[in-house]
Amino acid sequence: MADKNPYLPYLMRVAKITEEAPAVKTFRLEFVNPEEAANFEFFTGQFGLYSSFGEGESTFCIASSPTRKGYIECTFRAVGRVTSSLATKEEGDIVGFRGPYGNLFPLDAWRGKNLLFIAGGIALPPLRSVIWNCLDRREEFENISVVYGARSVADLVYKHELREWEGRPDIDLVVTVDPGGETPDWTGKVGFVPTVVEQLAPNCANTVAIVCGPPIMIKFTLPLLEKLGFGPDSIYTTLENRMKCGHGKCGRCNTGESYVCKDGPVYTLEQLQRLPAEY
Amino acid sequence: MTSTFKLSASALETVFAALGTGGWRILGPTEQDGRVELHEVKSPSQVAGQYLQSTLSAKEMVFPKVERLLSYKMSPGQVDLKDHEPDLQPTVLFGARPCEAAGFGVLDKVFNWDSRDKLFSERQQHLTVIGLSCTHADDACFCTSVGGGPGSTRGSDMLLTPLPEGGYLAEVLTAKGEAIQALAPAVFEPVDGVDKEALLAKVEPAFDREELSAKLPGLFTSDLWAEQSLRCVGCGACAFVCPTCACFDIQEEADTKQGQRLRLWDSCGLRQFTLHASGHNPRNIQAERWRQRIYHKFSYFPKRFGEAMCVGCGKCTRACPVDMNLKDHLGQASGAPDHG
Repeated sequence: MADKNPYLPYLMRVAKITEEAPAVKTFRLEFVNPEEAANFEFFTGQFGLYSSFGEGESTFCIASSPTRKGYIECTFRAVGRVTSSLATKEEGDIVGFRGPYGNLFPLDAWRGKNLLFIAGGIALPPLRSVIWNCLDRREEFENISVVYGARSVADLVYKHELREWEGRPDIDLVVTVDPGGETPDWTGKVGFVPTVVEQLAPNCANTVAIVCGPPIMIKFTLPLLEKLGFGPDSIYTTLENRMKCGHGKCGRCNTGESYVCKDGPVYTLEQLQRLPAEY
Repeated sequence: MTSTFKLSASALETVFAALGTGGWRILGPTEQDGRVELHEVKSPSQVAGQYLQSTLSAKEMVFPKVERLLSYKMSPGQVDLKDHEPDLQPTVLFGARPCEAAGFGVLDKVFNWDSRDKLFSERQQHLTVIGLSCTHADDACFCTSVGGGPGSTRGSDMLLTPLPEGGYLAEVLTAKGEAIQALAPAVFEPVDGVDKEALLAKVEPAFDREELSAKLPGLFTSDLWAEQSLRCVGCGACAFVCPTCACFDIQEEADTKQGQRLRLWDSCGLRQFTLHASGHNPRNIQAERWRQRIYHKFSYFPKRFGEAMCVGCGKCTRACPVDMNLKDHLGQASGAPDHG
C-alpha cells in the first residue's frame, strides 16, 4: 500500500522576514528540497499548516500569489504558542509547511467583473494573495478596488505594498484607521471600515465583493453590502476556524454540514447563511 | 459469502492455540477488579464471562489514544524528519460486541472518505474482528435504533453467537474470517437449522434514526440542547469511550534537540476544542458543544455518509458522571415539537 503520511510537512527555509506591524511578521518561505518546489502548486484562497519544530503547527492562509513561483509567504501575529515561537525564527531557519488545503477563490468565474476587496486588520493577508493574483492577471478583470482598515496606522500590514498600490493606476485603494488610531501625519481616512464602505457606496453592478476581517467588521459590513444591492452569491469571505489536520478528519473545523478545511475556507455569503454561525 | 458453522468450547481453544502458533496477537475483554477492558489473551478461559461491554471501546485498535505521526531531530539551520512506520503485528480482536464491530465501519468513513489515512488503514489491514453476539442488553443500549442489532454482522470478519448448550454458532463473513477458519478447519463443524434470532438479546428501537435526522435541522435553535446539557460538566468521557468519536488533536512533544508530533483523542465537548488563540470561541457554551455532538453524529454525518455516527452501544451513557442518557435525549429530540 503506497499511502503517504499526510502529516509529513515540507521543510522550508525562512528566506526573508518583514516586520509588518506590532507582533505581525511576514515570512517568505522557500522549499529546502528543489524537487518539492518544482512540484508544488496552490490556488489563491488555500491555506496550510506551518510548523515551528518543537512547538507544533498553526493554521493560516498562503498570503502570496500563486503567480509568484518558487516561494510562499505567510503573515501572522504572534499570539499563541506556535506563532510566538515562529516569531523568534531568523532568516535561514527551518520551519515546516503542509498544504495546500481547502478550496479557492474562483478567479476564473470573476473574469470581466469589477472586484471590490474589503479587509480589516490582520485579515488582509488572505486577500493579498487574491489581489496580487488579480493584478498579475490584470487584463481579465474590470475595476479593482480595495478598502482596508486597521485599528491604528501602526497596525496596517503590508505598508510598502499599500504605497505601491496607491501609486498604481489600475487599482483604487482606500485605507482607513479607526478613530483615535491616526497619527498627526496620517493622510488616509479615519473611520471604521463599514462606515467608510457606506460613504463610498460602491456600485454593485457586475461586481463581486471579497470581504475578510474580524467578526465585528464582518457583522456590520455584510448587511451593508446587501443593502447596496450585492447578492449573497456575489459576496465572498474566507473563514479561519481552528484546525488540526487540514484535510477533513480531525473534526475541529466542522461547522454545520461543512468542513471548513475541505468545503471552505472560501464561502459565498449565500453558503455561509446556510451554516450555523459557529465561526 | 457467509458460511455458518458450529464451534464447540474446546474448538475455540484450538482456534486460539492456532492463532498463537501463527504469530497472531489476540485481544479480548478481560475482567479485572470488576471492570472489563481489552487485554492480550492466550486462551478463551482468560476472556470475561457474562460481560455486557468493555468500558472503553475497541477503536484504539485502529485509532490509538496517542499515536506518533512523525519525529524529528533539530540542529542549527537543519531539521531531519522521520516518518513513523509502526511495527504492526497481525491482531485478532476477540469478543467485540456487534456495536463495537460496526464502529470500525464508521471510523473508516471518517479516516478514508476523501484521502486515505495511512496509519489508520495499516492498522485496519492488520486487524481481524471476531465478533460476539449479545444475549443480553441493558437500558443504555439502542443499537436497533441506529441500524445495528445484537446479532449484526457488520464489521466482524467472523461472528460468534453463543448457543444455549455451550459452544457457538460461527458465521464466517469475510476473507479475513476464512483465514482464521483455515488455521483449524476441522473444528468448524457443519450446522443446520439454528434460529440465530431466538438466541439474541431483545433491544427495542427507541426512535427512528432517519426521522430524527430529518427533524434536527428544525431544532437547531430549540432550548432542548440547553435543557439537556445543563448538568453536563464538559469532561469529554462520552467521546473517549465512544467507538465512533474520531475527533483528534495534534500536539508536539519535544526538547531542544528532538521531538515528535502526536495525534491524540479529543472531544467537541471540551471548551478548548474550538477556542481560538484570540480568545474567540465559536462554540462558547456547553449547550452549543452538546448540540454539536448530537448534530455531528445525527445530522451532519448522516448527510455526508448516509448513516449515523453512532452505533447505539450506550458506552457514553454508562460512562457519564452526571447520568446523561443519550438514548433518552435522542428520543426526546425525536418527539420534540418543531421549533421555529
